[in-house]
Amino acid sequence: MNKLSLFLGCIVPNRYPGIEKATKLCLQRLEIDASDLPGASCCPAPGVFKSFDKATWLALASRNIVLSERIGRDILTVCNGCYGSLADANMELKKDPEMKACTNTCLKEIGMEFKGTAEVRHIIEFLYREFGPEKLKDYLTTPLDLKVALHYGCHLIKPSKDRNLGETEAPVFFDELVEATGAKSVDYTDKMMCCGAGGGVRSGYAAESLEMLEHKLACIKKAGVDCIVNACPFCHLQFDRGQLAVNEKFGTDYSIPVLHYSQLLGLALGFSPDQLGIEQNAVQNIEFLAKIYEISAGLR
Amino acid sequence: MSEELLKVLKSAGLDILSCMHCGTCTGSCPSGRHTGLNTRRVIRDARKNRATVLSDDALWLCTTCYTCQERCPRGIPITDALLELRRLAVREGFMRPEHRRVSEMVLECGHAVPLDEETKKKREELGLDPVPDTVQKYPEALEELKTLLKTCKFNELAAEK
Repeated sequence: MNKLSLFLGCIVPNRYPGIEKATKLCLQRLEIDASDLPGASCCPAPGVFKSFDKATWLALASRNIVLSERIGRDILTVCNGCYGSLADANMELKKDPEMKACTNTCLKEIGMEFKGTAEVRHIIEFLYREFGPEKLKDYLTTPLDLKVALHYGCHLIKPSKDRNLGETEAPVFFDELVEATGAKSVDYTDKMMCCGAGGGVRSGYAAESLEMLEHKLACIKKAGVDCIVNACPFCHLQFDRGQLAVNEKFGTDYSIPVLHYSQLLGLALGFSPDQLGIEQNAVQNIEFLAKIYEISAGLR
Repeated sequence: MSEELLKVLKSAGLDILSCMHCGTCTGSCPSGRHTGLNTRRVIRDARKNRATVLSDDALWLCTTCYTCQERCPRGIPITDALLELRRLAVREGFMRPEHRRVSEMVLECGHAVPLDEETKKKREELGLDPVPDTVQKYPEALEELKTLLKTCKFNELAAEK
């Protein structure tokens, strides 16, 4: 197993630090060697930068990758957007010498060179490939009696030609990781549908983005779950903060708690909800918090 | 311009000529259910060399979920083609003000979503350093980033036209 550097991106450190804390606690407990990546920037956001200019997108992404190359570590992301941006850029630069030369001309201005010696990993595919659900169970202290609506998000698995994580209509690997915690992953209508945030739509077309989100939330509510689990802070933000905006716009009363997988796993590894920043979400569901505190204290 | 559109797509390895207009893309589109995005029409317009495809807001209603691309029976890289069309549109000066603001944020502080006071408090509650260990903490790293963006002439691209 290669050593890792933890790439934070923007939304985790600057909006949902609970995910940063939960990730660090889980990595420590699982004895995964992951350092910080000082000076890393925005991945850059694929919806905007990849949509604007390829050279700029590659330059910014490669600078982040070079930071990790320099310390001889692979990059670990906890965000589908960062994963999509960095893994795609890494792949394109490794396979296209012309593009690599062009990007290196830009990087030279800041004394850097992209060599192509680091891999880009996403925590979900990393845990699945390097640990697997069975090995993960060995570390569990607190089995979670929870019903979960799992949201894979798009860029963890697509485009499938570049991800190699199997088919995209009904994948199961992430469900297996969720169920390794003792939780039940409940099927629901349009489970594989996008949350509506990506591609610059949340920032550019807020109303339309919320319409897509409302559809997802309606499907999830119908399934009757304790919480939503995701693998992407941008989906997380859309489900959490977006939920309040949906209630305001559509007169609905959704109150579905939202957890990043690192927070779900953190609970199962014995950390308490307040250590994992679960209470810092916009959605405040008291019943759910009571339930996970009881689970955490061994009362259920 | 029209000839060019297809040529640019093709030179980027994005051949859309094999589209048979089956509509699987449009039927699969989570955005199209709620918005004016009709993916099949975007591909048709690009194929027919209609310059209006670049000025159409629909181009920016795609969440890049890749469902159309995964399901296309002709294996056309639809989402990748749409991203290429966006880049052409930006070069023609089409950029939503909200997206311009996101890029200005990166130009300014290195993050699309900058740190705020509320999050600093949340970080402290969790026992984390109030300022994360990213470009925000290191002025020399931010300078590096700014130099890189200038080298790519991104300032000019993102500037209001």
